[in-house]
This record gives sequence, structure tokens and C-alpha cells, in this order.
Amino acid sequence: MNIRGSWDRFADAFLNGRVLAKYWPDILAGLGVTIELAVLIVITGIAAGLALALLRCLGWRGLNWVIVQVVDLFRALPPLVILVLIYFGLPRAPSGFVSTWISLALVLAAFAEEIFWAGIVSVPKGQWEAARSTGLRLGQTLRLVVLPQALRVTIPPLTNRAIAITKGTALGSVVAVSEVLGAASSAMSNSYNASPLLLGAGAYLVLFVPVVVLGRFVERRLGPTAKPNHV
Amino acid sequence: MTTTTRVAPLIDARGLHKHFGPLHVLKGVDLMVAPRELVVVIGPSGSGKSTLLRCLNLLETPDSGSVVVDGIDLMDPRTDINLARQRIGMVFQSFNLYPTMSALGNVTLALRHVAGKSAAEADVLGMAALARVGLADRAGHRPHQLSGGQQQRVAIARAVALEPRAMLFDEPTSSLDPELVGSVLAVMRELRADGMTMVVVSHEMGFARAAADRVVFMEDGAIVEQGPPDAIFGDATHSRTRAFVGQIRA
Ligand SMILES: Nc1ncnc2c1ncn2[C@@H]1O[C@H](COP(=O)(O)OP(=O)(O)O)[C@@H](O)[C@H]1O
Ligand SMILES: [Mg+2]
Repeated sequence: MNIRGSWDRFADAFLNGRVLAKYWPDILAGLGVTIELAVLIVITGIAAGLALALLRCLGWRGLNWVIVQVVDLFRALPPLVILVLIYFGLPRAPSGFVSTWISLALVLAAFAEEIFWAGIVSVPKGQWEAARSTGLRLGQTLRLVVLPQALRVTIPPLTNRAIAITKGTALGSVVAVSEVLGAASSAMSNSYNASPLLLGAGAYLVLFVPVVVLGRFVERRLGPTAKPNHV
Repeated sequence: MTTTTRVAPLIDARGLHKHFGPLHVLKGVDLMVAPRELVVVIGPSGSGKSTLLRCLNLLETPDSGSVVVDGIDLMDPRTDINLARQRIGMVFQSFNLYPTMSALGNVTLALRHVAGKSAAEADVLGMAALARVGLADRAGHRPHQLSGGQQQRVAIARAVALEPRAMLFDEPTSSLDPELVGSVLAVMRELRADGMTMVVVSHEMGFARAAADRVVFMEDGAIVEQGPPDAIFGDATHSRTRAFVGQIRA
């Protein structure tokens, strides 16, 4: 009786059919925004990270120092702080959408640079020497010989990091982006009911569970963790 | 030696100095190698043999001195070092094959991207180079599917395919199991028979005696003594050479 009553109250608050029916299109639209943000962040963040790692290969000391400082900065700051600084701090404030994109892309670029760099330096010096001794240029050596080897160790950690950071798109709700969490929160305050939040959580699962599974698959195919080294 | 003074040297390195930080690794080394000559460089570990060899294709840049190969002044800033390196093959102790590529892929990479051959042309030339080292039937194998001796022969094919004017070998058999050394040395002897100009850092005395025109003994960043193999291995002038030869013979 008592349990029955609690369940009814819970169902009314979180699984309210009327509320769900009314607001699911909003959540779906939010999912679209989240996906759009995630794709933009992953593409620009990884491209920028790779570009920084390649610049570092030129071995210009001053430039490398700057890259390392900037990368450390964006790895150290909480993404929310970067987002708020960009959204409220820049003289001509970009939209919430653009602010979320830029801030998370910067964070991903910083982590990606470190991951790419670690991958590049893990390739033995002899590979560079063999390639250069046949007349391949620095850029050709990177593209044809070093990166294909570096990517094998790069992809698993990069996938994990990209997933972790794109989940941060939920921060967009703080700066009025109607991504999943934003849409769910609005629906919740408009309906005085928490059901949209559960729907939102479901939407995140639908989006990220396949990505996480894909990440695990990639890791199993390529990762150094596929087999413990001592075996 | 009299012939080498008449013909213009193919490799002409003079007054090479190289420092690594406070370490003075090359202390004014001259090395001239005539066309079709095979020079073996011996000397204790750390004496600067690898550094000397790597200066000859500018994998290391000498602090001073000159390196002219096949008439090209490698130290001249106007020289395109990447084009020059095409003419100087190099083979490393640790093979350094590209693990992501097949044997043929290893051999054709520079043919396509440096020598500008089409993929089809490169494959033909690459197969010919693999055939030359006796590995045409391993063209599709990845390096990890090959024995050390086979890997080193692929590495030789990779250098030979570019039709270099000279080849540099840095202890090409030192990381091989003893039973695999012979196959690599056999390929090197064939190259020699075909008239390739070679500088070989190696302590394989049998090979040096049979194939070398000249043996150079290096110690502490300088050439101590050089001469025909029989002289260096038989009755060297310097006691340090004799002591070292005694060691590697033991
Ligand atoms: N890249 C480098 N940086 C610092 N020291 C080096 C480097 N390469 C070689 N050396 C040092 O230079 C000396 C000569 O090395 P090397 O030419 O490899 O001698 P060898 O081939 O005769 O054994 C050694 O003391 C070695 O430790
Ligand atoms: Mg050496």
C-alpha cells in the first residue's frame, strides 16, 4: 500500500505520460543540437590538436614552449570556466552554441595535441632516419611513415577523451543552448514535472552508448591494452 | 691506394668535426672513397664510426668540414639534401623497416615519393630490387613476418632500388643471429661485384678481408690508420690498431 503509493508518486513525477507526450519533440530537437555540437567539437578539436602536434614536430623552441603552455592551460581549466569566460568574457559575445563549441573544442584540442605528440614520439628514431636517408622530406616522413604508426597508439586514448569531452555539451544548458539537457530543463520548469529529465537521460544513452561501444571496439582492435605486455 | 688518388673520389669528406654538447666526437676526419671502392671502418664502440657515416648523408650535420658526394657539396645551403640523399643509400644496424608496410611497400615508398615513379613503375623496380636480394617471394610479407636476415636484405633492397651512387652500412649484421649473417654479407658481396661504392662499418673480419679494398681504423674520433685489409689485420703499424684487431679476432 505504502510502496504502491510511493511508486505512483514516482511514476507521476518521472514517467508522466502526458508530459512525455508533450515534450518529447523538444528533447528530440535537443538531441539534434547535441549531435551537431558533438560533431563540430570532435572534428575541429581533433584537427586543431593534430595541427599543434605537427607544428611541434618542426622543433622551433619558442613555438614549442608556447604550444606546451597553452595546452597545459586548457587541460588544467575546468571546461565550465572556459565556457563562462568565452560566453560572458569576450567583448563581442558569441552565441551560447558557438561558445560551447569553441570552449570544448579548445579542451579537446589540448588533450588531442598531447595524445598525438605522445604517439609521434613513441615512433622510434630509426624510422625517421630510414625515411630521411632515402630522401623523404620531413612532411612526407611524418605523413607516410610516422603518423600511420603513431595513430595506432593514439586512437584508443583519443576516442576515450573525445567521448568524455563531447559529454560536456551538457554544459551548453548553462549558456542557454537548447541541447538535450537544456531542452529537458526547460520542459521540466514549464511542466513542473521531472519526466523530461528522464527522457533527456535516455536521449544521452541513445547517443553515447553506441559511441562508447565503438570506442571499446576500436580499443580492442588497436590498443596496447589489448594484451598485457608481460604476457 | 694509388688508383684512388688518380680518380676523382666519389665520396670526399674533409676536416670533419662534430660535437655533441661537450663531447668532441669527430676530431678532424678525412675520408675519401673512390668510385667502386669498398671501405670497411673498424674501431672501438664510441669511437665515432656511426657519426662519421651519418655525416656522409647529413643525418648528422658536421660542425665544420666539407662533404662532397658524387660532385654534390652537401654542406652547401643551396643543395637540396633530399635529392642528394637519393644518391646515397644507407643501411642500419636495426633494419628500421616500416612496420606498417609490406616488404614491397618499404622498397617502393621512396621510389614513388622521392624518385617520382608511378605506383606501377615503382612496383616493377621494387620487385627487381627484392629479387636482387633474393626475396621476391616475400614481397607481400610485413617486416614482423620476416627473419632478421630477411629484414636486413629488404632494407638493402629499399636503398638499392633508388640506384644510389654509394651505399653506407652501419654494422649491418651486428643485431643478427650468427646463422643469418652470411645471407646479408652475400648480398653485400654481390653489390660489391656489381661495382657499388660502399662504406661499411663492420667487425666482420672475414668479409673485410675478402671484399674490402681498404680498412680504416678509427679511435677516439680520429682515423688512426688505414690500409689494405691484409696490412691492417696482419701487421698494423700502430700498436693501438694491433691491440684492437687482436680483440675482435679473439
Ligand atoms: N645524438 C647523440 N647525442 C649525444 N651523443 C651522441 C649522439 N650520437 C652519438 N653520441 C656519442 O658520440 C660518441 C660516438 O658515437 P658513435 O659515432 O655512435 O660511435 P660508434 O659508432 O663508433 O660506436 C659516443 O660517445 C656516443 O655516445
Ligand atoms: Mg655505431
